[in-house]
Amino acid sequence: METVPEPGSNVPPKKDRLQTKKKKPRRYWEQETTGTAAGASPGPPRKRKRNRELRPQKPKKNDTSKKFRMSKKPRELKSPRPQRSLSGAQDPFAGPAPVSVEVVQKYCRIDKSKELPHPKTKTRSRLVVAEAQEEETSVRAARSELLLTEEPGFLEGEDGEDTAKIRQADIVEAVDIASAAKHFDLNLRQFGPYRLNYSRTGRHLAFGGRRGHVAALDWVTKKLTCEINVMEAVRDIRFLHSEALLAVAQNRWLHIYDNQGIELHCVRRCDRVTRLEFLPFHFLLATASETGFLTYLDVSVGKIVAALNARAGRLSVMTQNPYNAVIHLGHSNGTVSLWSPAMKEPLVKILCHRGGVRAVAVDSTGMHMATSGLDHQLKVFDLRGTFQPLSARTLPQGAGHLAFSQRGLLAAGMGDVVNIWAGQGKASPPSLEQPYLTHRLSGHVHGLQFCPYEDVLGVGHSGGITSMLVPGAAEPNFDGLESNPYRSRKQRQEWEVKALLEKVPAELICLDPRALAEVDVISLEQAKKERAERLGYDPDARTPFQPKPKQKGRSSTASLVKRKRKVMDQEHRVSGHRGRAGHPKGNALLLAPLASSTCHFSPVSPYPGQNPPEPGAAAAEAREGQAHGGPAVGPGQIRALSQAPGPRRNILSPRPPVGNYPSLE
Amino acid sequence: MKVKMLSRNPDHYVRETKLDLQRVPRNYDPTLHPFEVPREYIRALNAAKLERVFAKPFLASLDGHRDGVNCLAKNPKSLATVLSGACDGEVKIWNLTKRKCIRTIQAHEGFVRGICTRFCGTSFFTVGDDKTVKQWKMDGPSCGEEEEPLHTILGKTVYTGIDHHWREAVFATCGQQVDIWDEQRTSPICSMTWGFDSISSVKFNPIETFLLGSCASDRNIVLYDMRQATPLKKVILDMRTNTICWNPMEAFIFTAANEDYNLYTFDMRALDTPVMVHMDHVSAVLDVDYSPTGREFVSASFDKSIRIFPVDKSRSREVYHTKRMQHVICVKWTADSKYIMCGSDEMNIRLWKANASEKLGVLTSRERAATDYNQKLKEKFQHHPYIKRISRHRHLPKSIYSQIQEQRIMKEARRRKELNRIKHSKPGSVQMVSEKKKHVVAVVK
Repeated sequence: METVPEPGSNVPPKKDRLQTKKKKPRRYWEQETTGTAAGASPGPPRKRKRNRELRPQKPKKNDTSKKFRMSKKPRELKSPRPQRSLSGAQDPFAGPAPVSVEVVQKYCRIDKSKELPHPKTKTRSRLVVAEAQEEETSVRAARSELLLTEEPGFLEGEDGEDTAKIRQADIVEAVDIASAAKHFDLNLRQFGPYRLNYSRTGRHLAFGGRRGHVAALDWVTKKLTCEINVMEAVRDIRFLHSEALLAVAQNRWLHIYDNQGIELHCVRRCDRVTRLEFLPFHFLLATASETGFLTYLDVSVGKIVAALNARAGRLSVMTQNPYNAVIHLGHSNGTVSLWSPAMKEPLVKILCHRGGVRAVAVDSTGMHMATSGLDHQLKVFDLRGTFQPLSARTLPQGAGHLAFSQRGLLAAGMGDVVNIWAGQGKASPPSLEQPYLTHRLSGHVHGLQFCPYEDVLGVGHSGGITSMLVPGAAEPNFDGLESNPYRSRKQRQEWEVKALLEKVPAELICLDPRALAEVDVISLEQAKKERAERLGYDPDARTPFQPKPKQKGRSSTASLVKRKRKVMDQEHRVSGHRGRAGHPKGNALLLAPLASSTCHFSPVSPYPGQNPPEPGAAAAEAREGQAHGGPAVGPGQIRALSQAPGPRRNILSPRPPVGNYPSLE
Repeated sequence: MKVKMLSRNPDHYVRETKLDLQRVPRNYDPTLHPFEVPREYIRALNAAKLERVFAKPFLASLDGHRDGVNCLAKNPKSLATVLSGACDGEVKIWNLTKRKCIRTIQAHEGFVRGICTRFCGTSFFTVGDDKTVKQWKMDGPSCGEEEEPLHTILGKTVYTGIDHHWREAVFATCGQQVDIWDEQRTSPICSMTWGFDSISSVKFNPIETFLLGSCASDRNIVLYDMRQATPLKKVILDMRTNTICWNPMEAFIFTAANEDYNLYTFDMRALDTPVMVHMDHVSAVLDVDYSPTGREFVSASFDKSIRIFPVDKSRSREVYHTKRMQHVICVKWTADSKYIMCGSDEMNIRLWKANASEKLGVLTSRERAATDYNQKLKEKFQHHPYIKRISRHRHLPKSIYSQIQEQRIMKEARRRKELNRIKHSKPGSVQMVSEKKKHVVAVVK
């Protein structure tokens, strides 16, 4: 940024000026040139280049720097010269408070490293404005982090003390009474082993035992809402969208109970269900059955949306990806397959283990998947396109159950022991070297779930239910409009209505949930082609360069060709440069997924019934790839490319902090 | 060992008494708000549907005229007052809030051809088929007084239109020629002609107030500068222009309502190509009026409908029609930009909302926030096929619908023929002419 020249520092001595004055009579335009020469810029004179390659991402330095100032360390960067007020007092913190780049990055939805498309200036300028707005929004959101009241929990050992050695009893002793009350054991030996499920707000707990015991309670106040015996084996239990409805996978059929324990429905089309998953934004209950079917039941209308045959025998390992609502199934041949109700074939198949897959878990950001297999391995996979294992570890017994917490802790149930590993933060994978906590239970683990918004891990085992304290597991600050543990009945009812109104159709489930806001390049090109066909000519096409004939014999054929070649080379060079700067070929038109305040131009059509290549060219690609791809796959290799031609950008992918915020120089 | 558990005090999250509002802590972390795009998309879809559900634009019909309504005028000082002139020479002044006629004047014998208010709103002018220009007081006569014009000018020829200067005591009439009058005098300051055809309307530019535009039945639009005695320039179109309207925000932009079912937005600095050709009507366009924001205009057509066009779009965003509305002769956009009035053949003046689904009356801040949010969502997802289809859908009367189909076929046939002609002639000898250039015959300076 240019600074105001200090008086006397940069101005050349008066002598020079006088000399120039003497030399020749001054013209009115010379004033300006000498003025800038005398100014602070020692380099070459600034050109107003109309360079189309350059992204005009810094609209005006002066006014933006006032709006969003950021620095790496808060309060480190002060304005160079504090303004003096009338009284002479200085404002020590002039200007808006700085925001750290990392925090802004968290809220940023656009990728600045990606080039903007450059078709028409009008569109382009609109995009530039939209990006600026988006940036401002993310800075505002980052500022509002100041208002978050709660801090996450933690557990630290003394020097050299291993936190894994710390017992639950020690933690209970050390923490406050309210937290200590969250640790409890339910001794239910008769009806064991138990499966359990917390409601989305983390307030309610439902559990069902193999011998038919089903109960739901408000576990914070320990108030029992219902307790019944269904007189049948209970395979799995799951809350539906609110704590008022409960789905129980029983020996024959799927049953739905209300919070009084009254049976509301018996869904006979879902039989011999082994595992249940509820997709809260789609109101879909996914059931995996012994017969090998993955069935999606829309609980808002009571219809079966899709019944997919996985063709892999009995399904007993299932989990959902909370980021994109894709269902992960673990199979006995060591593969994990990813399913969406819109596709009859799996989106992706990943060969994870030698031997069968015993448990799968996906973290809340949708970046990491943990699997454990019969080969006693525990692996953490990267789900962002590469599907490669990030880390692996052999466990003596192998984990039978896995669960991720909201802040990225990984719990594994091995026999009657629960191990918990922690990572660096929310979006980082858990490091499997050293467990964070361990706990031995009174029976074999049969179900694991971290309680949302509480530092608690619920474990269902053959001896009953144990509620473990895991400091630092949960997100401390909940969003009241999304899921509020303290909501009243009225608030719940209101939320229910709103959630139903914005129920996402099942067809929209695909690997990248932001695909809807991106340009569908394939259909865009198709539309362009059709338009050119309809019109009889391509309105966007440029006429090929035709050199003008020159006078006096210079227009020989050779020179014409030469000139043509020259222009062609130049164009080629420009486009090549563009390709290098941006992205692989064919991807240049992909628009950045801009945030809520921005507009997009030619979208992905949302329903597959209308437009065959949808929902997700990704899926189609995957299928195609499978057809071509050979069977030889090593561990961690994917059989099919899951992604669209170019690398679809993931908003959550860690990027190097972008340092081009205006106040950083 | 150092340990801290997450332990919330419920008092910070639950309201104290029943009289308080519920506490709603927010956290904008994107991981706590999954499926942002699909959920916004569904919200946008719902908003688009609700917009269509609440689209009830028709507000009132003002009846009382005994013949077709020929011209309308707004009062620049009062939003509630509207003036209308009918084909039987009657002028009525309406109160829109009461939706009643407050005054009736038998102004002329034969048609009232034009009506305009003075910029101060104290008086108005009418011209009629009886070759007179009359100035009337806006307020009615007091008790016992007779209804009489302030001034009457007897002319030699029939006047077909009138418009008042926006700042000075000057008005312009048109007929055989464009006359510019001082209010104090009984003869025009100057008369301007270009050709010998009857001029159907004349309009002052609201910004560059010396400029005038007129359209004549010999297919041309003529621009004048009041300060010089001769016209500036003219553009000749394919067919006759019925009326023009200046953009109240951009001084050099005007829109012409043409007989060939189209409207043309011109930049007066470059008349050889219109800035935009607005096509959607299926019959002659009779009147056009800009919204005070200058972003949109409304057009009245012989096809018994009125349409609202954005200035920069060639297709209309809205069409209004009712079963009873016949050929719409005149249309006005009110000065608060919220309503549209149209006068039609079957003696009624209709009042419409400019924004069909807008909620009238005072909005609470939450209501306004919700509508703003929905508006933004619709804008963001406007190109998605489902949302586009819902928000574009309009019910049309059968006659208009079938005519649109018919004209589409005709247009397609013409285009095909042109393509064939290009295909079968020497390359480069027949050029594709763009839609904008097709309709301008010539520009004369």
